[in-house]
Amino acid sequence: MINLTPQLTTQQLTDPMQPEPFRVKRVMKESYDTFTLEMEPVNSERLFTFAPGQFNMLYIFGVGEIPISISGDPNQPAMLVHTTRIVGAVTKAMSKLKTGDVLGVRGPFGTGWPVSAAKGCDVVLVAGGIGLAPLRPVLYQMLAHRDRYGKVVLLYGCRSPEDILFRKELEKWRARFDLEIFVTVDYGDSDWHGNVGVVTKLIPKAPFDALNTVAMVCGPEVMMRFTAIELQKRGVQGEAIALSMERNMKCAIGLCGHCQFGPTFICKDGPVFTYPQLQSWLAQWEI
Amino acid sequence: MTLNTNSSTKYVLESTDFQQLIDVLVGIGYRVIGPTFDHNAVIYDDITAVTDLPIGWTDEQDAATYRLSRRSDEAFFGYVIAPQSWKKFLYPSQVRLWQAALSNGSFEILPDSEKPEPMAFIGVRSCELHAIAIQDRVFIEGEYVDPTYHAHRENLFIVAVNCGQAGGTCFCTSVNTGPKVEAGYDLALTEVIDHETHYFVVEVGTERGQHVLEQLPVRTADKREAKLPKTITDQAAHQIKRHLNTDGIKELLYTNSENPRWDEIATRCLTCANCTMVCPTCFCTTVEDVSDLTGQQAERIRKWDSCFTMDFSYIHGGSVRYTSKSRYRQWMTHKLATWIDQFGTLGCVGCGRCITWCPVGIDITAELEAIRQTKAKGETIKEGSDENIG
Ligand SMILES: Cc1cc2nc3c(=O)[nH]c(=O)nc-3n(C[C@H](O)[C@H](O)[C@H](O)COP(=O)(O)OP(=O)(O)OC[C@H]3O[C@@H](n4cnc5c(N)ncnc54)[C@H](O)[C@@H]3O)c2cc1C
Ligand code: SF4
Ligand code: SF4
Ligand code: FES
Repeated sequence: MINLTPQLTTQQLTDPMQPEPFRVKRVMKESYDTFTLEMEPVNSERLFTFAPGQFNMLYIFGVGEIPISISGDPNQPAMLVHTTRIVGAVTKAMSKLKTGDVLGVRGPFGTGWPVSAAKGCDVVLVAGGIGLAPLRPVLYQMLAHRDRYGKVVLLYGCRSPEDILFRKELEKWRARFDLEIFVTVDYGDSDWHGNVGVVTKLIPKAPFDALNTVAMVCGPEVMMRFTAIELQKRGVQGEAIALSMERNMKCAIGLCGHCQFGPTFICKDGPVFTYPQLQSWLAQWEI
Repeated sequence: MTLNTNSSTKYVLESTDFQQLIDVLVGIGYRVIGPTFDHNAVIYDDITAVTDLPIGWTDEQDAATYRLSRRSDEAFFGYVIAPQSWKKFLYPSQVRLWQAALSNGSFEILPDSEKPEPMAFIGVRSCELHAIAIQDRVFIEGEYVDPTYHAHRENLFIVAVNCGQAGGTCFCTSVNTGPKVEAGYDLALTEVIDHETHYFVVEVGTERGQHVLEQLPVRTADKREAKLPKTITDQAAHQIKRHLNTDGIKELLYTNSENPRWDEIATRCLTCANCTMVCPTCFCTTVEDVSDLTGQQAERIRKWDSCFTMDFSYIHGGSVRYTSKSRYRQWMTHKLATWIDQFGTLGCVGCGRCITWCPVGIDITAELEAIRQTKAKGETIKEGSDENIG
């Protein structure tokens, strides 16, 4: 029987449902439907420290609030950076923000990528579409401490060449000898000479030592499931594969119930999980 | 909260003095809430007088059936449970979380000065005490505390009332939540009516309860009277007709997501969400962000939500749980399985409300048994595996 006497706590001082105003410092267009906002707190000198993989709830005044991963550099906590794809009402309203406009921020929430666990290992990042945004902080972190890791490989799949995010950065990074980047698109165009096809096709030939690799995967759920299967075929251990899950979220603090995926609350137990934590649930429909 | 050292002593409060209990609680400053008679149903609502209680009424409950009828006596608590649980007071169906106003090119959260009045509940059943304890786990004992729930819960005074009869849809005995109240109350009452007498055996659970008791015209219960809470609740337990077999319940549901019974339930379930609204432990909410016409003021409203709606699991591209089958499965699997992993307890206290208030009479106890039996017959339990999908 459970304890019927309430265990009241008074530790929590601020209401975690109240957004804090942040001012947009810079807006960058990444593609026809995706943009990046750089922002700073309006009322404080708060440094926004976060773990790569964590997310914030972003609030557009009077419109709505949505979960968006932090896409900036964890070593530059003075600037909060988010990259968002326009898909509906709130993301559309967010895309209209200009330098000087204000939006609300709650966070950071959730678990991060296994960046420290990856020390001494090869690292393969597999991103699909906007899934590159939550992985970018990992790249920043690893490039800042490049000697701690073995090979670092990014496999990135997009719908078309027009959808490729962070193009300039990718080109700059591709020029480095210590980072391997492979991009594939579902549909090429006449100027595209790169890979065509789904991102999982890049896995068999990618240069990493499967037995000593940590993989971090972010993209649509089916893509992540097949990526995990492909990676295991290459010999990567299930425990060495991390995924970032997505569900509807209304609170980000484990209270609204929306983000449940089997027994987990994605907002507080995730969004980043190891593959074995989710495997049996990922194989079922409509969880 | 510390237990009174003499908590085993029981007292007797005459029914004719019951008004004084209400008056003492009002005098302390509580908003007193208890069962009221509302023609068609027993409703927990504000009370100021004994005459507000559903005196002489009882409830007949069965799958998709609820009706009030006259008792042969003038019992104050002669019904079993009200359609709506106490959660509507601790965790209101709609609350404003905050208001904000634009100012100097930014926005400011305006403090909500409203401090909730302390409340006293009279007539909380044992299963309902367990339901409150479960919501405590969700809202105040986890990593994040819900300030609204916390504020209401903190000063709550609970007068529990033992069940003298079982309802047609109850199954508290299957999940160890009743019918006798064991803990979690300030005062616990057992209503006794025999021959010409009508009184309450009173048990004290806390110092606060003791303090209230001291202001009431009670006498110490004699040996026979002191045994009545057990005798009476034992009688109620014997009347319970439904049973939920909890053996290996988590594993059963974790391994039966493909059980054909889910399809069969889906042919009946209307996804009306009644079951989640009446359930005393269901806690899901959504938020609405709105602004006034000038766009200068905004507020966030939190409302009860249900996993039976399409919007609940909506993400860009569509709802994750788009079939009614997956939504019923989500609800029942949450109540009876994933809840155990999340909060260390079942999410069901056996109150039977979801059975009574399901318009098509879907019975959680019967459905669980059907899943168990389908599995036992080995009809189809094909586990999804990575290889055969896609
Ligand atoms: C942990 C997490 C991190 C995310 N990180 C990013 C990111 O870095 N960049 C990015 O572009 N997108 C990200 N998303 C997805 C983003 O939250 C949705 O695209 C967004 O909620 C859509 O809102 P909308 O109002 O524009 O769309 P609409 O379709 O109008 O949405 C209506 C409502 O449905 C919900 N909703 C719709 N789509 C989603 C979705 N895909 N996920 C969750 N809730 C949804 C929201 O509550 C939203 O308010 C993330 C989602 C999660 C859960
Ligand atoms: S699931 Fe049904 S029986 Fe169980 S607590 Fe909820 S309403 Fe009561
Ligand atoms: S089980 Fe019954 S009450 Fe619940 S959603 Fe289905 S039809 Fe409605
Ligand atoms: S987003 Fe509310 S519980 Fe996870």
